[in-house]
Amino acid sequence: MSENAGLAVLEPPATAPGPPVPARKRKRHKHNKAGYAFLAPWLIGIFGLTLIPMVYSLYLSLTRFNLLTDPQWTGLDNYARLLSDERYLQSIKVTLLYVVTSVPLKLIAALLVAVALNRGLKALGFYRATFYLPSLLGASVAVSVMWRQIFSRDGLLNDFLALFGIRGADWIGDPRYAMWTLVLLAAWQFGTPMLIFLAGLKQLPQDLYEAAELDGAGRFRVFFSITLPLLTPMVFFNLVLETINAFQTFTPAYVVSGGLGGPIDSTLLYTLYLYLRGFGSMQMGYASAMAWVLFAVIGAFTALYFWSARRWVNYTD
Amino acid sequence: MTTTAKPRRRVKYHWRAHTLLLVILLVMIYPIVWLVGASFKPENQIFTTINPLPFGFTIANYVNGWTATGTSFTVYLSNSLTISACVVVANLVSCSLAAYAFARLDFALRRMWFALMLGTMMLPFQATLIPQYTIFYELNWINTFLPLVVPHLLAYDAFFIFLMVQFIRGIPRELDEAAALDGAGHVRVFVSVILPLMKPALITTTILTFIWTFNDFLRQLVYLSDNTRYTAPLGLNSFVDKASGSSYGGMLAMSVVTLVPTVAVFLISQKRLVEGMANTGLK
Repeated sequence: MSENAGLAVLEPPATAPGPPVPARKRKRHKHNKAGYAFLAPWLIGIFGLTLIPMVYSLYLSLTRFNLLTDPQWTGLDNYARLLSDERYLQSIKVTLLYVVTSVPLKLIAALLVAVALNRGLKALGFYRATFYLPSLLGASVAVSVMWRQIFSRDGLLNDFLALFGIRGADWIGDPRYAMWTLVLLAAWQFGTPMLIFLAGLKQLPQDLYEAAELDGAGRFRVFFSITLPLLTPMVFFNLVLETINAFQTFTPAYVVSGGLGGPIDSTLLYTLYLYLRGFGSMQMGYASAMAWVLFAVIGAFTALYFWSARRWVNYTD
Repeated sequence: MTTTAKPRRRVKYHWRAHTLLLVILLVMIYPIVWLVGASFKPENQIFTTINPLPFGFTIANYVNGWTATGTSFTVYLSNSLTISACVVVANLVSCSLAAYAFARLDFALRRMWFALMLGTMMLPFQATLIPQYTIFYELNWINTFLPLVVPHLLAYDAFFIFLMVQFIRGIPRELDEAAALDGAGHVRVFVSVILPLMKPALITTTILTFIWTFNDFLRQLVYLSDNTRYTAPLGLNSFVDKASGSSYGGMLAMSVVTLVPTVAVFLISQKRLVEGMANTGLK
């Protein structure tokens, strides 16, 4: 449902919780009937809403389909057309730029604020809640409308710059800047990763810090030699989730650009273009092919992260 | 010596940390404050000042904006609240059933289903958007609330199943065993032992489901086409389309209106919510 879903996916390895299996191998399962009865709604859902639709979508991606007439088999034609679709290539460029800038920016902001908060400050609860609020509101249309007003030619930012005699640009209307307003909006929502970093910071062993203080290590040294290495599992966790989320961003691009990804396709995020093709011009086959490519790209990114993890993520326990 | 030097240094550092954090906070929250202020300004003042306080306070933007799209925001808001309430109930029921099975029952292929469930949490929603749309189209459900609600009856939000599984694992197993010894079946154990004890997880699920459903946009945009079925985000969006250039005041006022339910839920529940999020998936 939400792009935020999946916060906790990566924590335990994919083993089911439940009754500890005794040493002798159990062959019979005690609760087959009850288990499947309780699981029935989810089972219907996993097949009816996820597995079968995905297979169907793979089929649709090999057809021409406008919803009103039967799908016509075209083989790999849709995929071939993607490669020569200028707008599609532009949307890939824009999306990759968005992902590789907004995700690090968001995580750096989250980490810095979390470290600043993790000093036993008074009013921690107030700070935590207020910094978290934008994450909750960020996906809404209202915030995107607000963002448009801030960065428009006569918006809040330019009024502020005018105080110093600076004439600001038309941030939304200028293709050189429009994308950066979306990146900024993503970074503004650093609250969720911040909460996760905070929870991680609380678990760090205090004796290391005391030892470092005795050795006279400065604050930067402590951060880069102790805090950051110990926090790499959290960094990894946030990196995977935020990357997946960033690839799926739709609402701000739609609202800020007035629904078309402009100016001159500079904010045409992947999901927005998929929407325009699938539901704007009813090219459901083409859009299905786009969805499968996106699925593959996200899978590749995730695989890359997991592959690289053993080089930089510290698993102490 | 060290005992006196240490606290003094720490106090100084905290003072700096507070200043830094407050500045960041002010910059982050200022746009929201400005938005609320601007929504009470006369139309001609909105773009002339960064001062959030309105000179010449007016509620005209709210009065005009409320019906400016042809359908009243009363309709949009009640549609949004209806959908959100249904999804909350659906999620609570379906996800807790699945979570109980995964956390407590021993049945064939449990590990496989559990792994599959975790996998769906990382699945991009675009992968199923179009085929689901064609299915609901065949069922004649387009322009009804059904495509937005029914999936949740089938435990579509794996995230909440996972959250609940984690929670149930923390409940001592002796409690269900005692109930089972007294002759309670699985339904009884689930309803009278597990459900009452997992209240914190149910509350977190309620809050997050409400906020996420209320702010969801793409699905509502795709499935609802009739003005009278529009939700608050769709109503606001059609305002943006129609009003671009003409009535900024009304648009800002209605932005505030659509933010109010989310912010209200957040304010009421923020402590529990923030702690729930912080603990999710982190032992």
